[in-house]
Amino acid sequence: MKTELYLGYLKRLSWLPLLMLGGCNMTLLDPKGQVGMDEKSLIITSTLLMLIVVIPVIVMTLAFAWKYRASNTKATYKPNWSHSTPIELVVWLVPCAIIAVLGTLTWTSTHELDPYRPLDSEVKPIVIQAVSLDWKWLFIYPEQGIATINEIAFPTDTPVNFQITSQNAMNSFFIPQLGSQIYSMAGMQTKLHLIANKPGNFDGLSSNFSGDGFSGMKFQAIATSEKGFADWVAKVKASPKTLDQSNYPELVKPSENDPAQYFSSVSPTLYNSILMQYMHGPSTPQLGAGNKDEMQDMKNMHMPMNASIEE
Amino acid sequence: MFGLLTLKAVPLDVPIVMGTLAVVALLGLAVVAALTYYRKWSYLWTEWLTSVDHKKIGVMYIFVAMIMLLRGFADAIMMRGQLAMAEGANHGFLPPEHYDQIFTAHGVIMIIFMAMPFMVGLMNIAVPLQIGARDVAFPFLNSLSFWLFVAGAILVNLSLGVGEFARTGWVAYPPLSELGYSPGVGVDYYIWALQLSGLGTLLTGVNFLVTVLKMRTPGMKLMQMPIFTWTCTFTNILIVASFPILTATLALLSLDRYLDMHFFTNELGGNAMMYINLFWAWGHPEVYILILPAFGIFSEVISTFTGKRLFGYTSMVWATAAITVLGFVVWLHHFFTMGSGANVNAFFGVATMIISIPTGVKLFNWLFTIFRGRLHFTTPVLWTLGFMVTFTVGGMTGVLLAVPGADYVLHNSLFLIAHFHNTIIGGAVFGYLAGFTFWFPKAFGFKLDERLGKCAFWCWITGFFVAFMPLYVLGFMGMTRRLNHYDNPLWHPYLIVAFFGAVLIFCGIAFQIAQILVSIKNRDALRDHTGDPWGGRTLEWSTSSPPPFYNFAQLPTVHAVDAFHEMKENDTAYLRPASYSPIHMPKNTAAGLVIGLIGAVFGFAMIWHIWWMAGLSFIGMVATFIVRSYNQDVDYYVQPDEIERIENQRFPREAGHSHNRAQHAQQLAQEV
Repeated sequence: MKTELYLGYLKRLSWLPLLMLGGCNMTLLDPKGQVGMDEKSLIITSTLLMLIVVIPVIVMTLAFAWKYRASNTKATYKPNWSHSTPIELVVWLVPCAIIAVLGTLTWTSTHELDPYRPLDSEVKPIVIQAVSLDWKWLFIYPEQGIATINEIAFPTDTPVNFQITSQNAMNSFFIPQLGSQIYSMAGMQTKLHLIANKPGNFDGLSSNFSGDGFSGMKFQAIATSEKGFADWVAKVKASPKTLDQSNYPELVKPSENDPAQYFSSVSPTLYNSILMQYMHGPSTPQLGAGNKDEMQDMKNMHMPMNASIEE
Repeated sequence: MFGLLTLKAVPLDVPIVMGTLAVVALLGLAVVAALTYYRKWSYLWTEWLTSVDHKKIGVMYIFVAMIMLLRGFADAIMMRGQLAMAEGANHGFLPPEHYDQIFTAHGVIMIIFMAMPFMVGLMNIAVPLQIGARDVAFPFLNSLSFWLFVAGAILVNLSLGVGEFARTGWVAYPPLSELGYSPGVGVDYYIWALQLSGLGTLLTGVNFLVTVLKMRTPGMKLMQMPIFTWTCTFTNILIVASFPILTATLALLSLDRYLDMHFFTNELGGNAMMYINLFWAWGHPEVYILILPAFGIFSEVISTFTGKRLFGYTSMVWATAAITVLGFVVWLHHFFTMGSGANVNAFFGVATMIISIPTGVKLFNWLFTIFRGRLHFTTPVLWTLGFMVTFTVGGMTGVLLAVPGADYVLHNSLFLIAHFHNTIIGGAVFGYLAGFTFWFPKAFGFKLDERLGKCAFWCWITGFFVAFMPLYVLGFMGMTRRLNHYDNPLWHPYLIVAFFGAVLIFCGIAFQIAQILVSIKNRDALRDHTGDPWGGRTLEWSTSSPPPFYNFAQLPTVHAVDAFHEMKENDTAYLRPASYSPIHMPKNTAAGLVIGLIGAVFGFAMIWHIWWMAGLSFIGMVATFIVRSYNQDVDYYVQPDEIERIENQRFPREAGHSHNRAQHAQQLAQEV
């Protein structure tokens, strides 16, 4: 028992160097995909740019405060000096110049890193539809015809096009090591384009609070070889479970810390019916006022829809 | 009969809550007993509760703010304690349904019921004095504002013992805050607490805008107003322009919750994104509402304690104006990840960065005020220097978050939490504490103990860095906000360090309380006889400490910025007029108190769906207001003989002012 206790202490002590050299464990500074890498370098460039002003301000604060302390009677004292055009020009223009550079960088990088922009790649992208539920993630692979809970896989160096929506509360779909996140919102579809350039198991999560089970709303994102991906799809297809509009309501019931689940087949209209559940009219989805009949329709949450969604 | 309210609403089975309630009840009983024993009820009623004197209302605001600081901090340390424990198999001591209420309450309390009243309190104490006015434009409205704010504070605290508070985060985004996902009364407590206090804030904004525009002392041009008054004026412009948005947004959310409407739910074509936009259209200006007066305080403090005119006064005013305007066109940076197009995100990102230009200018202006000055390291100066270092870091991380490409990975992470605590603690709170120490002698007639004040400062600032620097790191490690449990062992040590940071901040708060108690005990030694304990430059220091209820026996005439400094230079500061004219003053009234307290009853009745009580109390509020409006007996004149008597008491003390000032400068120099 004692040894275990000591081992425990040792284990804790071993964290100390981590505290100092935390950099190696900083997910965002160790990205595994192009988007994340670009964002990392953007963060570093912007920070360095700002340090041009920030460091002088901090140094000057401490230096001026010390030099002009009241007890230092040798320092110049000019109680009525309160204006200097050159200084005013410098203090307005230097921040302006830095913000001009940073603003330009922001403008271009925002367009390049726009989560909606498809990634430049020769490889055919893979589509994954993600639905946030209370409190788990449902993933649908429309091309493979499979679905999973809390686990996805995709080949490395292949762009992944995420189409994202929510069954209920707003969440944010985020795989920190691959880069950008985007909100998932009921009745709406958001898009996210990511790529993994290195294989690995990455933590995925929701970063927008959505209720009591939020902390456990995690998933695994597996980036693997083409073969590894094919094996994974085969493994999912071997599952006895399937998913369609009839057993989806069962899935919607709130649950916490769900393990990964596989569905060997999924109804091809399920994602659309989740997305369009608040719309009405068979082919012309329209938001806005409804008459009584339409209200009846809307109560039927899982009404099958023919409505097609762009893309 | 009692709507949704049953005995089950009292969480008898939650020991933390019941323990807290027991302590609060005991303290309450002790206060009531003491008031009765010392026969102070009528003093309390006539001198404080029904007072319309801006100085007393200011003191009451700050008193409540400090109590709420303790409440908000208790929430904070519970959260840090939970996260220091809840790794892997350990689930900590707070289940999600409790933890979620705590972080919501922490945010709401610290922003709406701690920072806002602290700021409004300082504004109440200083602004009318700085512009040479005898009170605010609408003294009764000022009292009403205060009591409406108190009504909101009562509701927030009541939610601890009766029912629950919202579990949605302080932003209460739908659809989570809608009936479907938050069927309890928590969100309703949130709505009515914010509505009542928000109404109070709006009235304060109107009141002080009119005060500044119409009640400046003869000769004072707008561009001669003290810089704190200027920053408060911009804050009030922001309040008047943005608080109605909050009121309307919460009203729509109430309609969703009470009348089954669908403004923000997907059914019937509602849309949650509208709420999020509206909320931040108020929420972002709110940030500047909090920080601008703090900027003003730092300007006053630096200029006073360097014995030097503020560098670039005009620049400062225009920089503040720029921040005010730009503050309205940046709200979308709170949700770059909602899927707006690149042009929209880039626009709001760049707009946000542009705000850093006037803010940077302000920092440089403070620096060049210190330059060629004589800086006395008093407690307010320490807060200011601490702010300049801390806030620069917070500003930098803020600009980083304003780059959409960076925000795509940092959004909702602990990096964001570290950033806004960096600006709110290192900016607003440090500013308020500087202002508190700075104007305390003006409000009470004696200074605060310097040594304990400095201890408080050092605990706060080290505590801040120890508590929040690990959070920056955790943000980079992929930890998001509002988690109550995690599996990543690498996060654990940082969260333990952050917990100790919170403990250090607690020491800072304890020193602050000790400072007040010790200073009250030693008040005779700390007494400010001159009315000008720091060698002040603006009009509030030209009258006695505390000022007579009419502030100025004769309104001063102003020719320049730093009016009082100029008077002292020209030896016109302490001249007595040959005779006094009668002074027109408002009478005390209990109407504000009555409306506020009935407002709390109304809020409570709405929260619990007790419709008869809601109806009656609403009628009660309106009726009291109408009765008050028809009351003609609201003012009186202070006669010259009484003014003479009061002024005679103060002038012998100040006769030797020039001698005192020299002595004082020496004293300050020794303290360094």
